[in-house]
Amino acid sequence: MTKSLIYSLMFHSVMILLTVLTLPFMIRQPIDLPPIVSVELIQISDKTNIPFAPKARKIIEETKKKEERVVSDQAPPAAKAKEKPDRIPLPDDTKEKKKIVKKKQNPEEIEPQIRQSSEFEKKEIVDTNQIAALIDKAKEEEAVKKDKVAKLTQSSVKNSFATGLTLSEEDALRAQIFGCWSVPLGLPYDKDLLVRIKLKLKKDGTIMKSEILDHQRMNRPGQKFYKALAESALRAVRLCQPLKVPPTGYEKWRDIQLNFNPTEMLKG
Amino acid sequence: MKKIFLIFIIYFSSLNFLYALIEVDITRGNLDPLPIAVSPLHVDIKSTEYEGIKIKELGIDISKIIERNFKSTGLFNPLKKEAFVQKPDIAHLKPRFEDWRLIKAQALVTGKILVKDGKLKVEFRLWDLTAAKEMTALAFTTTPSNWRRVAHIISDKIYERLTGEEGYFDTRIIYVAESGPKEQRIKKLGIMDQDGANTKYLTLGNELVLTPRFSPTNQMVTYLSYFRNLPRVYLLDIETGMQEVVGNFPGMTFAPRFSPDGKKIIMSFAEDGNSDIYTMDLETRVVERITNHSSIDTSPSFSPDGKYIVFNSDRSGLQQIYVMRSDGNEVKRITFGSGIYGTPVWSPRGDLIAFTKVRKGRFYIGVMRTDGSGERLLTENFYQEAPSWSPNGRVLVFYRETKSGSKGEGFSATLWSIDITGYNERKLATKTDASDPSWSSLLSK
Repeated sequence: MTKSLIYSLMFHSVMILLTVLTLPFMIRQPIDLPPIVSVELIQISDKTNIPFAPKARKIIEETKKKEERVVSDQAPPAAKAKEKPDRIPLPDDTKEKKKIVKKKQNPEEIEPQIRQSSEFEKKEIVDTNQIAALIDKAKEEEAVKKDKVAKLTQSSVKNSFATGLTLSEEDALRAQIFGCWSVPLGLPYDKDLLVRIKLKLKKDGTIMKSEILDHQRMNRPGQKFYKALAESALRAVRLCQPLKVPPTGYEKWRDIQLNFNPTEMLKG
Repeated sequence: MKKIFLIFIIYFSSLNFLYALIEVDITRGNLDPLPIAVSPLHVDIKSTEYEGIKIKELGIDISKIIERNFKSTGLFNPLKKEAFVQKPDIAHLKPRFEDWRLIKAQALVTGKILVKDGKLKVEFRLWDLTAAKEMTALAFTTTPSNWRRVAHIISDKIYERLTGEEGYFDTRIIYVAESGPKEQRIKKLGIMDQDGANTKYLTLGNELVLTPRFSPTNQMVTYLSYFRNLPRVYLLDIETGMQEVVGNFPGMTFAPRFSPDGKKIIMSFAEDGNSDIYTMDLETRVVERITNHSSIDTSPSFSPDGKYIVFNSDRSGLQQIYVMRSDGNEVKRITFGSGIYGTPVWSPRGDLIAFTKVRKGRFYIGVMRTDGSGERLLTENFYQEAPSWSPNGRVLVFYRETKSGSKGEGFSATLWSIDITGYNERKLATKTDASDPSWSSLLSK
């Protein structure tokens, strides 16, 4: 009795240990941080309060003028820097030259930054309404295709959790295949028509091997629709070659599965 | 013990590997028609002459018919022949896939014909250009005068292989051919191939003919004709030209139609001044009453499995569409939208019902699911009605009349087709004015 109890305990603890060690959801993966985006803070004016619309223009114009001044103030050093070589060369000539080079570089570095800031500001002024409109539009679309979005986000959550593709990388790939896939339009909309294709890719995104996962279904009687769909999906993948894959992490996306499901499209 | 451990470790590590596979869902694609190249069929040099047919041009003529068929579906985009790099004789044996891919073709049709000893032998192949492989290949022999049908049969086979559904090119359409002024129209039964070729007239035009309907199983037609001002239901065998009267029916008789097995005719007539639905067994000539209601019940149509009947009735006040079991039980109203609904026809595929709808003086042809949900109006016009399904349930043919002046001038009736997506509306070419079309089943079934 005790022996069997000990065996049971041993096995259970081994099971738990193995689960902890091997199953992915038990491992605390490092948080996948998105790449760092540098943000530059620019002073629009001394007053940081959000001004009323008519005032805002004035302030922005003022800041623009100020910045123009800043540009013009800072531009001269380049000219000054040129003057420097005219001076009488000192014994430690090389050091001096280095300094000059540095001085030449500096204004050039600053200039584009300033330009960027002003462009950024302009865009912000012009786009506020458009952004609002876009948000509204997005909301509308969300309302209409709520189901769809839910499904998509679920799948992408699943993917980003389990795989190496970021959302944008996945979207790029998806968009590419959207363009290549001519969906056969005669398909019935009420049948289960999911085609899963497993691909083995080369580093440049070309296809080494493609396999339809349910290929037995293609040759079954009464599955002509499925066959037509599977073939159209294969054509799409081949036409799209080379696939848009990320430049790094080949091991992660070497094997990839594409799930072709036209149901949403055929219903609409 | 160690083995057990090893098995566990392998099992779990393989699980881990499975989890790591990237999955991407593709839920959208483009709706562009599939680019297809139809190479002219190569005419074998051993071919001999055959009266009335230009053998040398037969290959290109057949390929042109195939192209026209494909174009009419809206699903394919036949590419221009001028762009073809490879000649038909070599292409038929083994196409240079790269050359065809260059012109952006995804599929290629090649073929060979041989006319010898009064027989036409045809071979054709369909190639998948992206996969560089043959998708289907067929050969058949027939009489040379059948060359148009050969083109339609090839079109059907390719259509079926690429879309997964049956084709509808080797079919005919029967219709009421109209001529003369509006008040004194001469109406004859006309029949033509689905592409408008080979028009023939089956009646002389002495009597008024109405609502011809094809049998879903063979080349029989039932129609209504007035003889001494009495409506009679006729049965016509198109192959033999034999015609017989099925029966004289009292009062207003409407729209006889075959059952899916072709053994019965379903129609409506007024027994005691009130129109109800009846079936008649063609063998025993026994008439059976299906509905018995004080309202006007008309336009019955069977579901393809024969279990249900869809029909019109004004029992709710306005004319609406109802579905019942084929014995007349479990009558259920399925349309509730605003407007009047008429001429319901069950799709041969079984999933949809096509109908005519009248709303605010405009006529619509539409489809809906068999429970009345998912109504989609495909086309709107001044006057149009009587949709009839292609045998694969993908395209509808119907007729449209134009507005005429007070003396009937400017009046015309024409046949049109539209597919169930609502795109791809096309006018069918007929030699005279035409109305009340009915689409046959595939001739080569």
